[in-house]
Amino acid sequence: MRATLARPNSHRSRRVFLRASAALGGGLLMSLYLAPPAIAELPSHQPESPPDAFVHIKPDGSIAIAVIYLEMGQGVLTSLPMILADEMDADWSQVISQHAPAGDVYRSPVFGIQMTGGSLSIANSFQQYRELGAKTRAMLIAAAAKRWRVAPSECRTENSVVYGPGNRSARYAELADAAVGMPVPEKVPLKTPAEFRLIGKPVRRLDSRAKCDGSQKFGLDLDLPGMLIALMARPPIYGARVKEIDSKEARSVSGVRDVFAIPLLKGEVVVVVADRFWTAKQARDRLRIDWDVAGLERPDSVELRARFKKLARTTGLIAASRGDPNAIDSIPAVNRIVAEYELPYLAHTPMEPLNATVRYDGDSAEAWVGSQFPGPEQAAIAQVLGLKPEQVKFNVEFAGGGFGRRGPFDAQAPVAAALVAKRLRGAPIKFVWTREDDVQGGQYRPMFEHRVEIGIGADGMPAAWKHVMVGQSFIIGSGNPFESVLVKDGLDTLIAEGAADTRYAIPNFQVSVHQPTVNVAVLAWRSVGPAINHFVLETLIDELATRANVDPIVYRLKLLSQEGAKLRAALILLDEKSQWRKALAPGHAFGVACSEYHNTGSACVAEVSIKDHRLRIHRVTASLHCGLAVNPLSIEAQYQGGVTFGLIQLMAAITLKDGSVEQQNFDGYTPPYIADAPATTDVHIVPSTDPPTAIGENPVPLIAPAVVNALARLTGKRHRVLPLVNI
Amino acid sequence: MTDLALNINGERRMVSVDETTPLLWVLREELKLTGTKYGCGIGACGACTVHVGDIAVRSCLLPVALVGDRPVSTIEAMRSDRVGKAVQAAWIENDVVQCGYCQSGLIMGAVALLKANPKPSDSDIEQSLGGNICRCGTYVRIRAAVKDAADRLA
Repeated sequence: MRATLARPNSHRSRRVFLRASAALGGGLLMSLYLAPPAIAELPSHQPESPPDAFVHIKPDGSIAIAVIYLEMGQGVLTSLPMILADEMDADWSQVISQHAPAGDVYRSPVFGIQMTGGSLSIANSFQQYRELGAKTRAMLIAAAAKRWRVAPSECRTENSVVYGPGNRSARYAELADAAVGMPVPEKVPLKTPAEFRLIGKPVRRLDSRAKCDGSQKFGLDLDLPGMLIALMARPPIYGARVKEIDSKEARSVSGVRDVFAIPLLKGEVVVVVADRFWTAKQARDRLRIDWDVAGLERPDSVELRARFKKLARTTGLIAASRGDPNAIDSIPAVNRIVAEYELPYLAHTPMEPLNATVRYDGDSAEAWVGSQFPGPEQAAIAQVLGLKPEQVKFNVEFAGGGFGRRGPFDAQAPVAAALVAKRLRGAPIKFVWTREDDVQGGQYRPMFEHRVEIGIGADGMPAAWKHVMVGQSFIIGSGNPFESVLVKDGLDTLIAEGAADTRYAIPNFQVSVHQPTVNVAVLAWRSVGPAINHFVLETLIDELATRANVDPIVYRLKLLSQEGAKLRAALILLDEKSQWRKALAPGHAFGVACSEYHNTGSACVAEVSIKDHRLRIHRVTASLHCGLAVNPLSIEAQYQGGVTFGLIQLMAAITLKDGSVEQQNFDGYTPPYIADAPATTDVHIVPSTDPPTAIGENPVPLIAPAVVNALARLTGKRHRVLPLVNI
Repeated sequence: MTDLALNINGERRMVSVDETTPLLWVLREELKLTGTKYGCGIGACGACTVHVGDIAVRSCLLPVALVGDRPVSTIEAMRSDRVGKAVQAAWIENDVVQCGYCQSGLIMGAVALLKANPKPSDSDIEQSLGGNICRCGTYVRIRAAVKDAADRLA
């Protein structure tokens, strides 16, 4: 989603205040609270860190920092605390980072709801966390100055210690109780980049050790007293309902507690509740269910492709238009390209399958979910249980990957768990998607057909570009809180994102979109529009560069508009760092691609060869301009990983036959293994002190076009159908 | 239900389970060793990798009744294993993990590799860890960390 989005209309914005208070057991708590009337009565038994705390300086010197975003691999539980700790001059070795639970004060300062998305966690909370750190530091200084009867300006801080005149010093933990009584400053000066001690430095992840010794608990690892496991049997066709359940055999499995249908995924599923996963799975596999599929559309990938291809020959809703849309007609046929692209449905397949745990106690509930939307999901659980959102304690759990899958707008996993918890009151219900449920019963990146007609000018540059896209919207009618902002005159602007707003200066340019409805559940997939649209654009631009006999980086630089400054900087750095491409081994070729998304410009070169009909990616060099690089180590890791993630576009597809998804697990839908990934990926960052911009999704769109462009250089064949076959 | 005696991380553990239950679920649900992960249930992703003897095994495919008295090691035991410690240190030093969900399995695979082959080449690494999926795509750093661990142990 765009950084520039306004808050949804439904959100009544209230002023947020910073408050200092004493923690139970000692220490300073810096909390945000909302202006009246939202301040609830403080509960009589305050938990150690109340549910609105951002910073907790504990008597032992440790500093707990709450992160309002979901850690799903992107490193936000390290990078965001770095920002706060830097401004606070906290001792980094004493910092503990943790997920904030669902709560009004933890709403995104930009989106107005509590959510993780758009790779915008750092961009949106950079200022927020800096100010929290700087204000906390100012209050600790004030407490020290008061104790020593000196002016605050005579004090300085370093590594969780305040130093004053005459060799005086006090640790933050010693000052914390006194700091509680200090006034919260309205405004504080922030550091200049030269003063940063953590921001801009390569800092290792805080969660590494726990993730290397098996102690890190993910949502699926929860073990609560009396917990039951719920699995579902899905209908063969999306949206089907149950006609009849024969559960005799299933119920005969020892340990099975209950079997019943719940409304889910636009239709129904049959739930088996048991004391163990394996028990539940055996019982589920013994269910005999008669599904009512009457009247349901049964999509078929081959038929859909034909239908989409036909639509692509007509102009859709206009997403971008400049110059003369018919300019192409005056360009001679020999200087025209007509390209048809076929992209399949794709699954997200995070390594930890979807799951949610909910316990319902009658007048309250508690939930544990690795959630990208804690606030909305808390509300969805409350609605199922007939509670108010604040009666549902919502804990955010570590997530084993997400890639968009943990942000469905129907809150399906928590809702499923809540529906079961409502029936089996008192028992924590862990509702688990098996990998088959994930792959076969998933929500997918939509299938797309693109048809592009290009007219090439006498200078070899594109003079006219007519681009039609055909694919489902995952926004329209989805319940997405930003629907009214994202959909303009019936057009889902996310579909054309990255193409309609391309930084290439093409004088006569039109992008239009058809949004057919299909009985397949669709959802955002890491990098959303650009992962699709930059594949199409970057392979075509490369083809034009080849026809013009111009170096692909030089050609792109020539075509970029004034607005493409970040892309330009990334491409220039790439050109310098990838000089290796000029002396490749025989049988090797290189390909280039670039991509701008959420104000970060990125580019890459990939070196490939083909051996025994198999593609090998030997080396990738990537570059980016993301403003201030908050944690260069994390950025490098995201780019290395994201490039590999993006490779799945070349390797896998979700296909449908007679209404059912044909793939079930990683044997049929196979993501990249180590041998498929680049052997090395080096990452170069354009130095900058501009405000930080997106990272997590940005590398994903680069690799598929770079590899396909390299293959074209190697074999002469331009692949426009994904996944790749017969390379 | 069958009563079985297992040798897990050097300890004798008694469990009472359906003997077809995969070792994975016995570890996770009976013995609360949740460091071993469920990823696919068909042996295609390696998230559930444990050692039986010194061999890396997909615990999601191994019925518990077939384990017998062979020693089973899980990620939780690696902190007291010479090679395991070196691999964990290399993983942390190289900042390998992202979401981290697959890393128990990858570390178990890397430890088994280094015990059998103290100086693995790139192609040895691809062979040994070739069946583990990391959706975050940490493979470049995994390669570096395996080589780093090998150096630490040399």
